[in-house]
Amino acid sequence: MEHAETAGNKIVFSVWFGLLGLTVLEVILAYRQLPLETMLSVLMVLSVVKAALIIAYFMHLRYEQASLFVTLIPALVFILIMMTVIFADSSRLAHMRSLVQ
Amino acid sequence: MSSSSSGQLSAAPVRGGHEIPVWGGGALPYAIPSKKLGMWLFIVSDAITFSAIIFAYGYLRLAAAAWPRPFETPSIVNATVMTFVLLSSSVAMVLGVRASSLGKVSGAVGWLVATALGGIVFDILHIHEWLGLIGEGVRPFHNPWGTPMFGAAFFTMTGLHMLHVTIGVIYLLVIAVGFGRRKFSAADVEVSGLYWHFVDLVWMFIFPLVYLLSAKTA
Repeated sequence: MEHAETAGNKIVFSVWFGLLGLTVLEVILAYRQLPLETMLSVLMVLSVVKAALIIAYFMHLRYEQASLFVTLIPALVFILIMMTVIFADSSRLAHMRSLVQ
Repeated sequence: MSSSSSGQLSAAPVRGGHEIPVWGGGALPYAIPSKKLGMWLFIVSDAITFSAIIFAYGYLRLAAAAWPRPFETPSIVNATVMTFVLLSSSVAMVLGVRASSLGKVSGAVGWLVATALGGIVFDILHIHEWLGLIGEGVRPFHNPWGTPMFGAAFFTMTGLHMLHVTIGVIYLLVIAVGFGRRKFSAADVEVSGLYWHFVDLVWMFIFPLVYLLSAKTA
């Protein structure tokens, strides 16, 4: 496929080093004594950044027409947000356990 | 290398000796081949599958009284190496896609095989990790540390991912052989690349959620 624009070597290797660097950062963070919620939030932010880099440069979505991005990504993000409804129930279970004990 | 992805269709494109119908709806909406759109749609649906399993793990872990943190430093190092291998195989895949689009057949085949080898190394390291946990007595609904669902969550998430890697290795090798024999086009290589990068992307979530959040730090 001929594309008007693609990621050149410089960009590809920068993204690669960026991804490796973020991975090292995550591993270092895992050994910090942080509260689980803080740790989860920080790790997920870093993972979303890594995923975005992979989608944009390796999967080339940055260089496609914007219509493809608009079709694929917002609906997926919306579904993921809707899935969080289940966490109200799991914290209810944890709360009920604490009442029993 | 077909012209069917170009924004303008001045003449009816030909595929396999047959003229294919020309899009009559104005500007092409995505300007990509249908196989590529198909793979993107599969990836979105597969992302929802993985998300559902990851959210189920979150549900279990949040509701549990305690969650095991069995991964000692050697396991974390192993999983980190696995992450590096998978990220590097994705770079090999990018280079393979580029070589194929430039018509460099042997280069493209070489990079595809290198990518598949990365997947095989990843699988071997992960099976090593599985065997270690199984040796410690972890089963889907039983383990020495108390929270029974730990094994089910761990084996389902990492197992489904390992299955994707294994299918990806086979897929890439089939594409490599087919591209070497001029049976598949550069567009087919690019579509297989999308799948491989997605498998890499999913691991970027499983690695911190499964391994790093269960690292034995004290």
